[in-house]
Amino acid sequence: MAVAKFPDFAQPEVHDYNVERVRADFPILHQKVHGHPLVYLDNAATTQKPRQVIDAITHYYEHDNANIHRGVHTLSQRATDEYEHARRTAQEFLGAEDCREIIFVRSTTEAINLVAQTYGRQNLKPGDEVLITAMEHHSDIVPWQMICEEKQAKLRVAPINEAGELILEDFERLLTSKTKLVAIAHLSNALGTVNPVRRIVEMAHAKNIPVMVDGAQAVARLPVNVRELDCDFYAFSGHKIYGPTGIGVLYGKLALLEAMPPYQGGGDMISSVAFERTVYNKVPHKFEAGTPDISGPIGLKAALDYVTRLGIENIERHENELLEYATKRVSALPGIRLIGTAKNKAGVLSFVMEGVHPHDIGTILDQEGIAIRTGHHCAQPVMERYGIPATARASFGLYNTREEIDALVSGIKKVQEVFG
Amino acid sequence: MGGLRDLYQEVILEHSKVPRNYREIAGADHKAEGFNPLCGDRFTVYLHLDGETIRDISFQGSGCAISKASASMMTQTLKGKTRDEAEKLFGKFHDLVTGQGHPSESEMGKLAVFSGVSEFPARVKCATLAWHTLQAALEGQQDAVSTE
Repeated sequence: MAVAKFPDFAQPEVHDYNVERVRADFPILHQKVHGHPLVYLDNAATTQKPRQVIDAITHYYEHDNANIHRGVHTLSQRATDEYEHARRTAQEFLGAEDCREIIFVRSTTEAINLVAQTYGRQNLKPGDEVLITAMEHHSDIVPWQMICEEKQAKLRVAPINEAGELILEDFERLLTSKTKLVAIAHLSNALGTVNPVRRIVEMAHAKNIPVMVDGAQAVARLPVNVRELDCDFYAFSGHKIYGPTGIGVLYGKLALLEAMPPYQGGGDMISSVAFERTVYNKVPHKFEAGTPDISGPIGLKAALDYVTRLGIENIERHENELLEYATKRVSALPGIRLIGTAKNKAGVLSFVMEGVHPHDIGTILDQEGIAIRTGHHCAQPVMERYGIPATARASFGLYNTREEIDALVSGIKKVQEVFG
Repeated sequence: MGGLRDLYQEVILEHSKVPRNYREIAGADHKAEGFNPLCGDRFTVYLHLDGETIRDISFQGSGCAISKASASMMTQTLKGKTRDEAEKLFGKFHDLVTGQGHPSESEMGKLAVFSGVSEFPARVKCATLAWHTLQAALEGQQDAVSTE
């Protein structure tokens, strides 16, 4: 049997969290935009990639590229080994019990659609309910709306308070015998709120209702352990945790996944095919039809290794310090209102400025080399809740610095100068 | 600051703060809603036509400084013009903000202040939203127009 040799890319040495050393791993950060050093504060949209991730993908295409799970030749074996090794890395990263509980998908969005179209289609009956919250991203609203419409089920929405926190009493009241599934963000992309997922899962499980967690914003910012959370499904995207776009992970409890019908039909998801009858493959392959993005999991593995090596707790502490500092400095500016002031927050600072539309803030900051997101953040119901069309959002990553927050503050002052 | 000052000219800032013709026309004979899904800008344009001539035009809604000033100055410019003149002016305005062709100041009048937009491709949609909405209103479109 071929012995798989996994390339060992240099990982950063970590003692104390040294942000300058971390920045050196990210080639893209070392450039000027409109004559100013790039200040990248749009990490909730996507993160930049370290050299280790870029090298892993390049190495795969330069040395190991072949189709997986089919060939007897050496390259196919190597590609298969690397692909499956990435699955085990994702399993360990999430603290899952079994690597068959890890399904590779394109993104968090696809993971949610997969669960809606398989678990949802199998289990929802007319009159049933799916419960989400008022802070969900469009990708955790629309897939449920679609399957609810098809099954004549109802989408229920648990409200949030002015600070942007889920109102747990109302949430619990909405859990009824009709509720067939709860879907909730771990960390709100528009508000930065961290939801008490463990508590939510306990409430739902007390009524035998499974819970799906959208972890897109959480995995890069907080330690996540799906067994401790006891959630039934957990989804995240590679590109929001310093990995490539086009790859995401769906975790699901094995018993649930085994009972679910396939998502898409094709190669790889079958054991045998005859015109009379096809036997589906076992999980996770049952949910991975067709040739997948093979470089995606390989790049994702490099990203998860990178984050693990730095230490998610160190990253969490670093980003919390940045958020605290940014909150203090930005909220001290005249005419600024923060949107999302939950007690438990991470990574995201959303704000509006009196008399200035967020889009104008974004353009002026861009001229200073500062990248932020402006708009509704794919969370129009959240904007509606606060009676605003949009916000400006700075979101932090493991490579951001206090000096970059200072640049943001100077940039906001410039906006105020322009708009007098 | 050069580019920024070209974009956010005094006239534009002033119109965004105090937009003209910012009202509904009761019983408007043409009306349409325009929407920029990327940034959430949303305007309704109201028209009262007398034959081919725009007798009254107004707008309401929310958006950034560029989109609001553009809507405001569009309504000022088009009052008393014919449909045909309005369509032609939109073509020239589009050339101006996208940096294609260089319509003369005499052709553009006050709208020439939007020339700075051409340096900011991401903002072209803001500057043209009201105009697209106007076009939809004139054509009697029922669905909201979108810049996407």
